[in-house]
Amino acid sequence: MTTIPRIRYSRRSVLKSGLAAAAATLPAPMVWSQAIKDVTLRQFGTGVSNLNEVAQKVKEDLGFTLQMTALDSDSVTQRAATQPNSFDIADIEYWICKKVWPTGNLQAMDTSKIENYDKIVGIFRDGKLTPDSVIAQGTAPHSVGFVDGPGGTEFVNEESGWMTLIPTIYNADTLGIRPDLINRPINNWSELLNPEFKGKASILDIASIGIMDMSMVVESLGEYTYPDKGNMTRDEIDLTLGIFTEAKQNGQFRAFWKTFDESVNLMASGEVVIQSMWSPAITAVRARGIPCVYQPLEEGYRSWGGGIGLSKSLSGIELDAAYEYINWYLSGWVGGFLMRQGYYSAVPETSKLFMTDDEWGFWFEGKPAQGDITNPFGQVMEQAGAVRDGGSFYERMGNVACWNAVMDENQYMVRKWNEFIAA
Amino acid sequence: MQRTANKLSADLSGWLLSAPIALVLAVFLLAPIAMIVIVSFWGATEYSIYPDFQFENYEFLLGSSVTYRVFLNTFKYAAATWAITLVVGFIVAYFLAFHVRSLKWQVALFLLCTIPFWTSNIIRMISWIPFLGRNGLANSLLLSTGVVDEPVEWLLFSDFSVILAFVHLYTLFMIVPIFNTMIRIDKSLIEAAVDAGASGLQTVWHVVIPLAKPGIMIGTIFVVTLVMGDFITVRFMSGSQSANMGRMIQNDIGLLQYPSASATAVILLVTVLLVIGILLRFVDIRSEL
Repeated sequence: MTTIPRIRYSRRSVLKSGLAAAAATLPAPMVWSQAIKDVTLRQFGTGVSNLNEVAQKVKEDLGFTLQMTALDSDSVTQRAATQPNSFDIADIEYWICKKVWPTGNLQAMDTSKIENYDKIVGIFRDGKLTPDSVIAQGTAPHSVGFVDGPGGTEFVNEESGWMTLIPTIYNADTLGIRPDLINRPINNWSELLNPEFKGKASILDIASIGIMDMSMVVESLGEYTYPDKGNMTRDEIDLTLGIFTEAKQNGQFRAFWKTFDESVNLMASGEVVIQSMWSPAITAVRARGIPCVYQPLEEGYRSWGGGIGLSKSLSGIELDAAYEYINWYLSGWVGGFLMRQGYYSAVPETSKLFMTDDEWGFWFEGKPAQGDITNPFGQVMEQAGAVRDGGSFYERMGNVACWNAVMDENQYMVRKWNEFIAA
Repeated sequence: MQRTANKLSADLSGWLLSAPIALVLAVFLLAPIAMIVIVSFWGATEYSIYPDFQFENYEFLLGSSVTYRVFLNTFKYAAATWAITLVVGFIVAYFLAFHVRSLKWQVALFLLCTIPFWTSNIIRMISWIPFLGRNGLANSLLLSTGVVDEPVEWLLFSDFSVILAFVHLYTLFMIVPIFNTMIRIDKSLIEAAVDAGASGLQTVWHVVIPLAKPGIMIGTIFVVTLVMGDFITVRFMSGSQSANMGRMIQNDIGLLQYPSASATAVILLVTVLLVIGILLRFVDIRSEL
């Protein structure tokens, strides 16, 4: 048996004053057998958080190997549902969890083994960001976040001590616009179907996310108010897709996009001036020197969250390693890494230790940047004086209108979505 | 007695000789197709499929007007691509076979035709996007030369761009077989036609085309099956706005609806086989090769 100091600090955090405080909050080194070094955990998920830098850092800090595979949302769902032996850790979104959990391919996690569990943002525990928050429609993460026991297949509404996914990353999505090509304020989701942008709009072609963006637009147009956007009836699905099919046939859309890169290219090339978009895509457009705004809208945000779940087949030392990985994940380095790209981490207070005050102020508190804001890859994202679109964490996450969702009528919706694409 | 034994062993060796290919085809062609047909009758939940014998997948598929529209679209792409690649392919092959005299140059020019194939299919296709876009090279050229006042929108994310990409990708599949048959046409037949007073066009129409028919037919089969089975070109070049059968299958697979994807695949397979069957009625490829 050897003692391996598990946590090494990044250059940034070592330079940072107040490190001692950080060290005190981090877990004490544990005694590990050499065997842990031979462990390989296979993780797959969407590209947003499946970054090689994370795998490298795991190797450095924890000693074992993490293999990353990045796929699109559909493939992720497919793999989690149909190939349980092909992965150890699934990095999936909460709506995918709702779909995949009943297959029994994942095992619940014991929250008593999660060191920073108490510090996880309320959204993922009781559903409330602040005690007086209203829970948004759709598949809210806490509603599929817990089961009644290690082998539980039914979701429960309270913090049962058995978590399905450990939240890793989340954000509030809205429409991206090209202010230089629009030249007027945009304040509502309904602008997506404004004939002014005929042939210059786009929406994403991922049914379960696209339908939510559509429902925001339909409500904003005043066409219909859904009792629950996240769980539409067949009539509501017909109505929603009907409105968009008509718009499509009138030539409202330039294209639909399915991958991150496509959305960046559509926007950067000026093919599209208003579209559903993801936060880092906005940054990618701006990094090319092209103005692009992640426009906060009156009706609120469509939010999403992802987390890591453990494969049913994990046991023994691999399972221990997986818990170790989760604890490391929440201990701040990854959080800082993700937050400096514009996402939010599940435990912001630990992430703060791995960010400069300016970065924390800009990304989390919505304050004007004091100096250049760079992303973890060293690229300058924003100049001094810039303020994050939508403001602070509480302004953005506190204004969520709905979560990405899976509906009871999902199969019907999917078929109708296919028809919409073909129409 | 001796004769029967010989016959027996001849029979046996015949069977043995055909066994490897039969085995390969059975394992890699027939078995997967059989699986697809079987699964097309299964049922699906959101995350799993279960064995069943139901017609629901076919009912939904054949009962939806969208399916027919998508079918029509698939045929439209196939027909347009076929017509254009045929004309282009025929002209190129004709040039190579009859106008280029030395074998060295024929080979060199033929290799030139294959150069685009040195890069991946998808890259060749995607490189059209910046070219055809609203602010792309084509539009800048049109605007700067004053041909148009506003960027032409239909260049990209339209049927035009889909067919353009198809033609770009698949013309070679037409050139190769046509060139192959043309080069084997006996030159004295052309001389005879000219001696008999036929004009250039008459020679092409009455001598070259009939003799190149097997090549044309093989090229046609290549192009039609490639276009009808495609999904990625249609997705990228139409900006996901158009659909063909391949995209329907892809969408279903992405959404874990394997039975419904299988049903669509079966229908597509039957259709393509019918098309090929009809094509083969026109030309007996085997006798003319």
